[in-house]
Amino acid sequence: MNFDFSDDQKMLRDQARKFLDEKSSRQVVRGVLNDDAVSFDKALWKGVAEQGWLGVSIPEELGGLGLGRLELCVLAEEIGRAVAPIPFSSTLYFFTEALLTSGSPAQQAKVLPGVVAGDVIGAFAVSEGPGAPSPSSIEAQFDGSKLTGVKIPVTDGDIATHAVVLAREGQGLSLVLVDLRQAAIKRETLKTLDPTRGHAKLTFDKANAERLGKAGEGWDLAEAVLDRAAILIAFEQIGGSQSCLEMSIDYAKNRYAFSRQIGSYQAIKHKLADMYVGIELARSNAYYGAWALSTQSAQMPIAAAAARVAASDAYYFAAKENIQAHGGMGYTWEVDCHLFYRRAKLLAVQCGGPGTWKEKLVRRLELKNAA
Amino acid sequence: MDFNDSSEEAAFRAEARAWLEKTLGPPASRQTARSEGDGIPASKAYQAKKAAAGYVGLTWRKEVGGRELPPIFQVIFSQEEQKFQAPVAPFGIGLGMCIPTVIAFHSADKIKRYVGPALRGEEIWCQLFSEPSAGSDVAGLKTKAVRDGDDWIVNGQKVWTSGAHYCDYGILLVRTNPEKEKHKGLTMFVVNMKAPGVEVRPIHQMSGGSNFNEVYFTDVRISDSERLGEIGNGWNVALVTLMNERLAVGGSAGPEYAEILELARNTPSPSGKGSLLQDQAFREKLAGWYVSAEGYTLGKYRTMTALSKGQTPGPENSIGKLLNANRMQDLANSAIEAEDHFGIISDPDIAALQGAFHNAYMWAPGLRIAGGTDEILRNIIAERVLGLPQDVRVDKGVAYKDLPTGR
Repeated sequence: MNFDFSDDQKMLRDQARKFLDEKSSRQVVRGVLNDDAVSFDKALWKGVAEQGWLGVSIPEELGGLGLGRLELCVLAEEIGRAVAPIPFSSTLYFFTEALLTSGSPAQQAKVLPGVVAGDVIGAFAVSEGPGAPSPSSIEAQFDGSKLTGVKIPVTDGDIATHAVVLAREGQGLSLVLVDLRQAAIKRETLKTLDPTRGHAKLTFDKANAERLGKAGEGWDLAEAVLDRAAILIAFEQIGGSQSCLEMSIDYAKNRYAFSRQIGSYQAIKHKLADMYVGIELARSNAYYGAWALSTQSAQMPIAAAAARVAASDAYYFAAKENIQAHGGMGYTWEVDCHLFYRRAKLLAVQCGGPGTWKEKLVRRLELKNAA
Repeated sequence: MDFNDSSEEAAFRAEARAWLEKTLGPPASRQTARSEGDGIPASKAYQAKKAAAGYVGLTWRKEVGGRELPPIFQVIFSQEEQKFQAPVAPFGIGLGMCIPTVIAFHSADKIKRYVGPALRGEEIWCQLFSEPSAGSDVAGLKTKAVRDGDDWIVNGQKVWTSGAHYCDYGILLVRTNPEKEKHKGLTMFVVNMKAPGVEVRPIHQMSGGSNFNEVYFTDVRISDSERLGEIGNGWNVALVTLMNERLAVGGSAGPEYAEILELARNTPSPSGKGSLLQDQAFREKLAGWYVSAEGYTLGKYRTMTALSKGQTPGPENSIGKLLNANRMQDLANSAIEAEDHFGIISDPDIAALQGAFHNAYMWAPGLRIAGGTDEILRNIIAERVLGLPQDVRVDKGVAYKDLPTGR
């Protein structure tokens, strides 16, 4: 039995934490938050590329480190912990995973070395309007070479160089790869709850595009990407939740009310204990997801859904109760609680909301139970 | 990451499994609830065979009859034992908590006297800490022992004592000095449960069952040679007992998501359209129970990993019971409500799963209290895992006899 990360992976975590403490300080995060014209921190993105992190899951022959998904999970937790203002998740968990699972060797060779170098920023575009997308709701059209339609919102769509887009092709759906640097694409930056990450509405008007994988298999391919991303995002969510808990503990030890530390009151203790329980529950489920992802286990769809449900719940709880534990100070712009409260919501809906994933989980359990 | 045993662990598991199969027959299906006391002779016979085969005291020192194996081997044996429904429940408290305390604090000849018979299942032990006015605040207990020559005379009452009616010995925490602060006037003894003046009365639980007892002590004489640790050091002895609380390896004792999923498949939804399993509100709850149950099981694998590496699991294990007891209550409640009016029927001949949801509904309130209430567990997590400060104590520096006690 070894249900833990290896010593090497833990060393990577320690290095990542040290790097991000310095390069993704709260000041850096706030730099992006406070400037409407900026959607990510370019220096941090460059630094992350120099660390080799963007190539962790990409094979060596494509310029990557060819490590594995467990290493990516380790990094994801640290990215989440630091609320890093970079398009890490869009580029690696969605775009790169889509290329690795569905792309041809030629397509992989065309974009993945650029990902490793930090030159390619990838996005994944499914949503077209309110509510969970379904196979019948997708309206964007792909005719074999040109893409037409509207995707809203696309996380990091304002800064991405490339996107993988879900579109209708004939009777079915397909995933298509698009270079976003062309005149046939209009990008409109969107105001969102989490300005530390970029968002856009993308309008495609006969934009050049190429299919990723087989025609008509787009929905299943997208679902597979979402399962993978769900596990990786769960680690970001756990990292963020853990930051919230640590902030709350620190504040509860140092803030006095009625002449005693507020952390000595059970009302605060129990709130923080519940945060901890939620995080540990999410962590156990996410570890299982990591194991399933790294071993290509048949359990992955269930493990991914469970990891996502647990992590979304844990982060929302930790983020909102962190504000509550800080009292009035927690509601100010200057105190960092809201950075996590914002990011918690982005991560909870970015890959499909909690309701959607609870439904996926139960549908998968039904099938398993019936089998 | 991998879920496999090391080669040494795998060999031990295979050996244990073969022995269990030989001794108990093929692995048994899900355990149905039954009173522990019913099968004492069967339990004793099994424990004797287990001792003869060398599967007891796995982690204990060799000189007290153990094998000095790392804790992971105990976990592996317990996991396998559970699959065979081995009748080990009566020994859990004695071998898990009482005897380790005896080994840590008793004299050499007494250790020799007690450990062997306990390991072989010839004598069963119970733990006598809680009292009617000392539950979460167990150090506030009243039962007193007064010195009389080489003996102590004990008077008072204990409560919630599992198995007291079939036990031979117990470890007993009493007040020997009411002039001192409450934690400092306590002393621990070994008590013979068959001694004159010990009276055991079963507690009639709200569930209708009787798993616990009240134990009354009236002028019970205990020799000073049965004292565990120094006079007045009983609280520290008790902390050692509680630290030794065995690594529980089981899940919750009630129905889980798979059972309620099947129930919902065959129950109409409140909207009248389709089954309850198609009802969105129900599906969301189902997802929550799955995540909680799996998270608990997977968390155990993380604990096992730590054990495997020779680390000692700490108070973070308090999470398990907190999660399981609350999930059991919530899930059972939902199962009963799912069946609408029909859900009130608990008759095992009529009710789903022979009434397992109803049993869980009636057992869960006890589980949320036994072995540390939800509230105490949250305090433990907050203070011992997260490092938050202790609550303000109004009993500090006050002699026990001067403390307010309420009714």
